[in-house]
Amino acid sequence: MEFVVISLLNGITYGLLLFMLSSGLTLIFSMMGVLNFAHAGFYMLGAYFAYQISSWVGFWPGLLVAPLLVGVVGAMIERYGLRLAHKFGHVAELLFTFGLAFLVEEVVRLIWGNSSVDYPIPAELDGTLFTLFSTDFPIYKGFMMLISVGMLVALYGLLTRTRIGLIIQAALTKPDMVEALGHNVPRIFMLVFGGGTALAGLAGVIGGNAFITEPSMAAAVGSIVFVVVVVGGLGSLGGAFVASLLIGCIQTFSVALSISVTDVFALVGIALPQGSQISRLTITQLAPVLPYILMVGILIFRPRGLMGARES
Amino acid sequence: MKKKFIQHLALAASALMISGSALAQVKIAFIDPLSGHFANIGENALKGFTEAADILVNQKGGIMGQKLEIVGFDNKGSPKESQIQLKAAIDQGFRFVTQGAGSGAAHALVDAINKWNARNPDKTVLYFNWAAVDPTLTNEQCSFWHFRFDANSAMKMEAITNYMVTDKKIKKVFILGQDYAHGHQVAKAATEMLAAKRKDVKIVGNDLHPIGRVKDFAPYVAKIKASGADTVITGNWGNDLSLLIKAAKDSGLKARFFTFYGGAIGSPAAIGAAGENSVYQISDWHMNIQPNKAEQYALDFNKKPGGEMSVARVNTAVTMIAQAMNKAKSTDPKTVALALEDMRFDADNGEVWMRKSDHQLMQPLFLSVFSKKGSKGVKYEAEGTGYGWKTVASISQRDSQLPTSCIMERP
Amino acid sequence: MSSHIAEIFFRRSRLALWGGGLAIAIVLPLLFKSGFVTSLLCQMGIMVIFALSYNMLLGQTGLLSFGHAVYYGLGAFVSMHAMNLIGKSGGSVTIALLPIVGAVAGLIGGVVLGYVTTKKAGTTFAMISLGIGELVAASALMFPGFFGGEGGISGNRVIPKSSFLGMTWGPQMEVYWLIVAWAFIAAIAMFALTQTPLGRMANAVRDNPERAEFVGYDTQRVRYLMLILSGLFAGIAGSLNAINYEIVTAEALDSHTSGAVLLMTFVGGIGFFYGPIIGAILVTIMQIVIGGLTKAWLMYFGLFFLFMVLMAPGGIASVIAIQRNLWLAGLFGRMVPHYLAAAGPILLTVAGLVGLIEMTYALLAGEGVGAGDAATEVLGAELHLNSPGPWLAALAITLVGVVLLRWVGRRTGSAWNAALAELHGDKA
Repeated sequence: MEFVVISLLNGITYGLLLFMLSSGLTLIFSMMGVLNFAHAGFYMLGAYFAYQISSWVGFWPGLLVAPLLVGVVGAMIERYGLRLAHKFGHVAELLFTFGLAFLVEEVVRLIWGNSSVDYPIPAELDGTLFTLFSTDFPIYKGFMMLISVGMLVALYGLLTRTRIGLIIQAALTKPDMVEALGHNVPRIFMLVFGGGTALAGLAGVIGGNAFITEPSMAAAVGSIVFVVVVVGGLGSLGGAFVASLLIGCIQTFSVALSISVTDVFALVGIALPQGSQISRLTITQLAPVLPYILMVGILIFRPRGLMGARES
Repeated sequence: MKKKFIQHLALAASALMISGSALAQVKIAFIDPLSGHFANIGENALKGFTEAADILVNQKGGIMGQKLEIVGFDNKGSPKESQIQLKAAIDQGFRFVTQGAGSGAAHALVDAINKWNARNPDKTVLYFNWAAVDPTLTNEQCSFWHFRFDANSAMKMEAITNYMVTDKKIKKVFILGQDYAHGHQVAKAATEMLAAKRKDVKIVGNDLHPIGRVKDFAPYVAKIKASGADTVITGNWGNDLSLLIKAAKDSGLKARFFTFYGGAIGSPAAIGAAGENSVYQISDWHMNIQPNKAEQYALDFNKKPGGEMSVARVNTAVTMIAQAMNKAKSTDPKTVALALEDMRFDADNGEVWMRKSDHQLMQPLFLSVFSKKGSKGVKYEAEGTGYGWKTVASISQRDSQLPTSCIMERP
Repeated sequence: MSSHIAEIFFRRSRLALWGGGLAIAIVLPLLFKSGFVTSLLCQMGIMVIFALSYNMLLGQTGLLSFGHAVYYGLGAFVSMHAMNLIGKSGGSVTIALLPIVGAVAGLIGGVVLGYVTTKKAGTTFAMISLGIGELVAASALMFPGFFGGEGGISGNRVIPKSSFLGMTWGPQMEVYWLIVAWAFIAAIAMFALTQTPLGRMANAVRDNPERAEFVGYDTQRVRYLMLILSGLFAGIAGSLNAINYEIVTAEALDSHTSGAVLLMTFVGGIGFFYGPIIGAILVTIMQIVIGGLTKAWLMYFGLFFLFMVLMAPGGIASVIAIQRNLWLAGLFGRMVPHYLAAAGPILLTVAGLVGLIEMTYALLAGEGVGAGDAATEVLGAELHLNSPGPWLAALAITLVGVVLLRWVGRRTGSAWNAALAELHGDKA
């Protein structure tokens, strides 16, 4: 029982962090049709900016300023880079972000060095929130949940309750029409890209000290975020939310299961040959690749994802 | 940089120029990652080699009057690229190479050098391994052209389990490792040795996770906790280690972690306070060993940019190689190899011995725990964390020896 | 009439190109008798095949794959096992034929995985290929029996009895000849494929799937066939990789290798058959030669790639193609002075930028080696990086270059546009 509850909490926390990353990516994709390969790079920038700011003036100003800075950087990149690539089509845009991911990592290495930096959890948030059975639940994890849920609510409110949100929603589906109505669609694109990268930056600010702030942190989450977005359905915020939680929990619970692949196949009545390499694998060993299996399965059987509206 | 540029140009124009005259100094090619994910490891070790060559060899007369020079070649952490860089080094007249970060690259180099030496007996190359710890390199796949200056993972596990025999607080052990050769070897050695030495200890879990893919270790910690383990043995390194320790601290897991790489560059900084009194490491050296012969050297070393000194074996390797060359009065790889065999040397961490049968260096090892600076036995901190390594047990050179299955083909 | 002559000239020039390429491939290693150059050329040859096979997907069928290394790696691993079997059997077959084994492995991989991946095109295909690439790369470390774990699988290509035409395959040069031979066979086969109905159909599926479907082609089948064939050629490349390095590790099928082949194909130009060849050669040089010269190579590489995406999305091949068209239309001559005029400022700008980047690296990379307090060696000069002098100099060079470039560029640009207008007017 203790184990199930703790694992569920862990899964949800991790899932919510994934959602912060994937929400920005989804927003950008549904708006511009671009899968932003450099998205995790902005997550990393968020962490490093926050590290730098917190080493000068403390964590709390960084929590606010770092995502904004990341958003500004993102908007500039959209304005002076991505928009140029846009004329050459989707492949060029995608490759632009692909190259950008390379460059962001190299710049981070150049400025902050190859090793990890010491970006600590602020003292106010360092401690135990509550003890469940005998396992501590740290305050910081609660804080992460709070921020992510808060962001989810704010994002939902922004998109459905404000004028700019309505324009963005309209521009998602009918950009020509919105342009014809006199709105500056390129500027909306820039805003959305900036906003999406700012969300990634925010995830970086709170993920950077929960985990480790170092130059390969972008590569470590890069592909899993894609999995979330694809499983949830390209362009669907709700889908990204469900998929984030699903993948967070799958990863957490699969670690817990000590059964082997042989047992799983036995459940469906297939006996694997004894002693083969596959039969010796345990689910725990497979845990971090399960999301990819899930993604491939989803793409084969339901290519538009769990809640996606369109296929590509 | 200019020198290297010219070397490349010269080579692009013609390799004929490279002959005896270019060998006015003794050069060792340092083939390790200098860019990309593991650049910090390569940079730090390159600094170690360059400093050691400069201070311990060149300022003390050099090698038969010649200077020892270390030149970095970036293998980007890849086995294939290591081979390309080896070819580049051979072209530029290098006859000695060193590498350490990653057993994959080490296997690639041993393999390539064996073949090269068989096919070019007049231009043989010798390989000094400073950190790749796969036991097979000095067992099944041992080579005359390979010398290892680090204790292999089986020897380190032998040392850890020898300590466990004396510590009766250990009752339940959980083994967690990265799902690749090193993790497998650690798990295998731990189960076998514990079964032989401490029958009363129960192994309550033995798990592998894909290397470098786990972001949140909380589920693993939950599993360790549910198993009731008081001790964790892990071969993890880099982020896989730091994240594990952080997750354990977050959920209040009161277990001790016996690690191989807790003191490797970057790890103390990443672990920080989370590892206080819970992270143990097995290493050939740390800043607080007694007697600390390299104390002043390390203090000077740490003042220069490029990371702190965390091992003694780089110094050991460089000085032993120079001594062997001076003793043999030759810089021919085969003669140097013969001179290194069976060599005994008084290193920074005590007396060491290069075993002839498998070319594995036997050296003292230290088990230490991450403790607050200023507490008893912790004079110096590591990587500015406020914590340093405190010796828990010293294992003599003799006690870390293991038999070898090496059947060496000698030229 | 004039177009007819141009066509004949084009055909002849094509033959001359193939012959010229072969001649260069043969002469180069003889000219530079260096092991390093030979290894470099071997790597280029392998990458040429790999990049060409990738372009069968991206350029010809419009399939953007992030997991093409899977087929390359499969070819490499299976070939390595085959090499060891041949070695054990005492050399019943020559190593020269090993790429056939790799081709079959790549083909089978394509048949199995392609069935899943090619059901959809576009983003879905890209994502499935990414997922499958990650899965295969992860399983490489989980199944050490076949993939050899971290150390990979190694073998020995020198098998006493299997020499072929007197070649023992020990010396690097002999392997180079083998790679050249296979590269030419594969390149000709892939070129021939573009001329077949399947190749044309693939183009139709790329450009307008609905219409292709409408005229009766099964687009999914075309994609599937192209992927299988592309897997086959990637397998040949992987096999040559196994022969050349005599070791195959999990790195052969991971996402870095997939990313590298995508980069080189794109930089070379996906719209032209010879584009990936140029890209493979250029990127290999950048990785190995520039990587050996400076720590900042990844930065240069990233900047160069972004520059290509933004300024010449057709790749280097498209730039060459435009020059050729200008030449054929007799307009090239009038552009030459403009090119020469622009060359100076471009060189100046690049020199300034390289200076800035190198000084920044010398100052910052690796936690500040040198840290500016002492003279640091940058590009062969001893510079005091804590004084503003060198920085201002590099900055000034860059600025002068940029200003000149803008000044010259305006005139070059208008001449360029005029030439292009004339070229297209001429064609019309």
